[in-house]
Amino acid sequence: MLSQEALKQIDSEIAKYPADQKQSAVMAALAIAQMEKGWLSTETIETVAGYLGMPPVAAYEVASFYNMYDLQPVGRYKITVCTNLPCALSGGVHAADYLKRKLGIGFNETTADGKFTLKEGECMGACGDAPVLLVNNVRMCSFMQPEAIDKLLAECT
Amino acid sequence: MGALGFILSPEEGERGWRLADYVRRGGYAALKKIIAEKIPADHIVGELKKSSLRGRGGAGFPTGLKWSFMPRQFPGDKYVVCNSDEGEPGTFKDRDILRWNPHMVIEGMIIAGYAMGCQRGYNYIHGEIWDIYKRFEEALDEARAANLLGPNILGSDFSFELQAHHGYGAYICGEETALLESIEGKKGQPRFKPPFPASFGLYGKPTTINNTETFASVPWIITNGGDKFLELGKPNNGGTKLFSVSGHVNRPGNFEVPMGTPFAELLEMAGGVRAGRKLKAVIPGGSSAPVLPADIMMDCTLDYDSIAKAGSMLGSGAVIVMDETTCMVKALERLSYFYFEESCGQCTPCREGTGWLYRVVHRIENGLGRREDLDLLNSVTDNIMGRTICALGDAASLPVRSFIKHFKAEFEYHIERKQCLVPVDVQRAGSGFFVAEAKATC
Repeated sequence: MLSQEALKQIDSEIAKYPADQKQSAVMAALAIAQMEKGWLSTETIETVAGYLGMPPVAAYEVASFYNMYDLQPVGRYKITVCTNLPCALSGGVHAADYLKRKLGIGFNETTADGKFTLKEGECMGACGDAPVLLVNNVRMCSFMQPEAIDKLLAECT
Repeated sequence: MGALGFILSPEEGERGWRLADYVRRGGYAALKKIIAEKIPADHIVGELKKSSLRGRGGAGFPTGLKWSFMPRQFPGDKYVVCNSDEGEPGTFKDRDILRWNPHMVIEGMIIAGYAMGCQRGYNYIHGEIWDIYKRFEEALDEARAANLLGPNILGSDFSFELQAHHGYGAYICGEETALLESIEGKKGQPRFKPPFPASFGLYGKPTTINNTETFASVPWIITNGGDKFLELGKPNNGGTKLFSVSGHVNRPGNFEVPMGTPFAELLEMAGGVRAGRKLKAVIPGGSSAPVLPADIMMDCTLDYDSIAKAGSMLGSGAVIVMDETTCMVKALERLSYFYFEESCGQCTPCREGTGWLYRVVHRIENGLGRREDLDLLNSVTDNIMGRTICALGDAASLPVRSFIKHFKAEFEYHIERKQCLVPVDVQRAGSGFFVAEAKATC
């Protein structure tokens, strides 16, 4: 089940597309559902599919294709670090190593207290700002050297 | 930002993105002129052709010609789509355009709708830039409230509705037909062409897709004329262009310069190579473009023709700078991993081939390379290129071929000595945290 608020947001996404093209809202609807639930379980994906009148498998195909959807539980703060070449030339890998040391986890792992998940990201389109981190898919952090990373982690409560 | 361009630096120090700011800078004058003077669509397309504006997303296809393919008289729905799914490693210009000048893109798309007889448009925005997407939605609201968007624009009989579609992390959706599939709510897997989007696009309707920067160039061309735009650049390469400079430079960022500007000037604008080190190689047009060694690159000017002559592509204008501390095998390994990760899996040569490319480059980098590996890599690229539905397979292959072609000795060194030519500590120091002028923003 999704909250009324989430359904309202999904409705306004549906309104962006022609009346017979509700499925176009599936990416946004899954993102809204993920924001509310923390991750996308099969049940949540089925709920979204049902709401949009599309087969559950079609919604699952979308959820499993795009890499910002989480089909497994993640920590309260999912931190994605870009290590692609332009970032790697300018501290991207160093930032990832620093985060791994600091949090005591590797990529695709979650801290024991369920607070942080670390992910390796592909290009976020912000290569001039390296090192770049993305928090919970929505908050982009630029020029993240150790001091700034420490500050960010301290803010996450 | 260079003061030469009109997209990122319309006025000195003027960075307001709101409608009022844009109007103060002369924004929406082109649209108002078109509506007031009832300028015929043919005239608009004609000006674009004169301007020599070429697609800024990477392919460099002439925009006026593309617009002329649209069956304007075709009854029913037709679409204008903007490709802001900027995920080509090294490219970060569309983010800044949408951040500082979203209305310029909106105006360009409205004019496109007018010129091609379309009533609806979508801007597909890269998943990782949520705040930019939200800002674009706000800008759309402003335009609607001012009757610049929606039914009967500025009291005319022309109506155009525009929406933002937020991506969610798939490089392949930068390919135009994958992007259309994605808007339709499906996996982003490219379609076979033909039919081309101009005849069978979004929801099967005629559709034209252009890059963010391409749309942003349109209002200026209408206001100032195609000839003026062409004069900004050089023949066959009209206008100014944004170049995203990343990697080993002192001042990474976007620089808007006239087409045909010498690369050496751009490098200087970006503060030159870090710590006085020597330039080793440059990828001039995004990660899919062939790499060029320093000496070749230093002789290039920044336009489609000069870079093509040097054996690479201007692409999206993403200039990745690598200095002498770079291990070329490691650099290629990271790029090959990216294409392996992002192949959509639809075509066997790409799905399997990108895995082969990554694994073989990985083993060379890790001291397990074999003598025959360089031939093997070239043979795998032969079996990918031209055998897939979209260009991702070629995009994965071109770096491999060019890195081996220009830096063969370094690859052979890895295979024979089982270690990097550039000592690992030198590499790490060269690509470490860099104290840039810009401060952390989070």
